[in-house]
Amino acid sequence: MTPESSYNLNGNSTPAIEFRDVYLAFDDQVILEGVNFSVKRGETKLVLGGSGTGKSTVIKLILGLLRPDAGSVIVDGEDLSDFDDEDLRRIRKKIGMVFQEGALFDSLSVYENVAYRLTEEKVPADEIEHEVRRMLQFVDLEDAIDKMPAELSGGMRRRVGIARALVGNPSIVLFDEPTAGLDPPTARTICELAIKLRDLEEVSSIFVTHEMNNLEYLSSEYAIVDNNGNVHFEEDGEFLCMLNTGALMLKDGEIIFDGSDRALLAADDPYIRRFIRGK
Amino acid sequence: MNPFTRFLFELQGVTDLFVRVVRGLTKKPRYFDEIIRQLDLIGVGSAGIVILTGFFTGGVLILQAYPTLQYYGAQSNAGQGVATSLIRELGPVLSALMVAGRVGSAISAELGSMVVSQQIEAMRALGTSPARKLVTPRLVALIIALPLLTVAADLFGLIGGGLVANLVYGLDTTVYVTSVRVGVSINDLLGGIFKPVVFGFIIGIVSCHKGLSTTGGTVGVGRSTTSAVVVSSVWVIIVDFFLSKILQQFFTGTMF
Ligand SMILES: Nc1ncnc2c1ncn2[C@@H]1O[C@H](COP(=O)(O)OP(=O)(O)OP(=O)(O)O)[C@@H](O)[C@H]1O
Ligand SMILES: [Mg+2]
Repeated sequence: MTPESSYNLNGNSTPAIEFRDVYLAFDDQVILEGVNFSVKRGETKLVLGGSGTGKSTVIKLILGLLRPDAGSVIVDGEDLSDFDDEDLRRIRKKIGMVFQEGALFDSLSVYENVAYRLTEEKVPADEIEHEVRRMLQFVDLEDAIDKMPAELSGGMRRRVGIARALVGNPSIVLFDEPTAGLDPPTARTICELAIKLRDLEEVSSIFVTHEMNNLEYLSSEYAIVDNNGNVHFEEDGEFLCMLNTGALMLKDGEIIFDGSDRALLAADDPYIRRFIRGK
Repeated sequence: MNPFTRFLFELQGVTDLFVRVVRGLTKKPRYFDEIIRQLDLIGVGSAGIVILTGFFTGGVLILQAYPTLQYYGAQSNAGQGVATSLIRELGPVLSALMVAGRVGSAISAELGSMVVSQQIEAMRALGTSPARKLVTPRLVALIIALPLLTVAADLFGLIGGGLVANLVYGLDTTVYVTSVRVGVSINDLLGGIFKPVVFGFIIGIVSCHKGLSTTGGTVGVGRSTTSAVVVSSVWVIIVDFFLSKILQQFFTGTMF
């Protein structure tokens, strides 16, 4: 890879994530049937689809937690197909994953959960402390730092999961329904977080969601930093071209839509229309 | 799936896990703190029940055997009788069974619930190998702790036997101790320590494998806990037979 291509955000550089003709079945239940898509560097891809269509499965394939029956999953230009545990571990270091159910380590405190990745990498304790506090501030959970996961509400657990995923500044972040079951302001905070990662940190991400307002936020707003270093969210206008967000819809093992949010909202496919409007 | 195929699959799973653990031993990070923590949980935590088991087993051996020995006028050999059966067989096997029940079940329940709550996946997603972080420390701790626990069980068994001989049957303590010292050979001691090393390995690898291969939610955790205890106990008893045979031949120098 040439130095210039790795910093080219929109152009023809290697995508952050690419699926080539991926097939996957559990026993005789086919989940993915020839899935092709890619997420460019710095792009956020919203993944939509009914319950059980394989959205979480797609995410697990990217992490190498599952292997495709056929086809290849390519992360950062590297094909995961014949990677062993050690190679996968290297790839996983670049990826932050927010689990649908939180998946916090329940024998560890909130602090230890968020610190997990850094502790494993033997980062000095004071650096860990600083980073953990910063992340918990980010998700507005500083007060819960010494609590155990069992003492938290569902939404708090999800936010700890987000903090844990973002520690160590991964260049790819996978969100699996991060806003499900959260109150609208908290859900909004999480979308803002994803926008900030996209616009300010050039993180590539996959954002699985069922909620249409998530789609609206992520595809119509962008984050800018003003001269004082404060972050603002601006509604799109003439800057639409800057919004690096695409949407993708799964149904019956195939991708039935892959394009911009505008195209999605304007689609005439009855399934997509029903999905978007709920009727 | 027929039982034999299932057995082969299980064997494959256990072997695969073992290979991961062994490969992990050569690489960093190594989780020494975790080994110490597990040693405390497994070793120190099981000491009470294992000592109690040993004590009463030694006691009951004398209780039952003494009248027979007395009938043959061999009561001065009572110590030897308890010592050999305890050190060769009962100490290792009973300690292993107690530990399988107490520790094997705890390990597979803990790992199993980590599987069903996606914590294992989260761990892998965060770049840690569960084999290295969870299995190796438990396995190493069991392999270290079980021989020590067995020695404790043997010792307290001998004490229990001595007490019963003295208090119930009025056997002189020095006679008992001398008989123990004369009756126990170095081979018995070596065999009695080698066995629990193997049993610790069996309990550890079976329980970890059962826990990590849990499927089907919380019901599955119960299932894998039960089968961890049952399978490791049965294997301990089967392997004990063959180990005894092998050790016997090894020490007497005659192979078959
Ligand atoms: N380990 C597994 N074994 C067997 N089938 C599985 C397994 N994991 C997932 N599935 C099946 O794969 C399909 C896709 O599951 P997945 O979790 O990817 O759905 P999803 O799109 O994330 O749904 P949701 O929106 O409800 O989270 C489901 O039909 C599920 O039954
Ligand atoms: Mg899902």
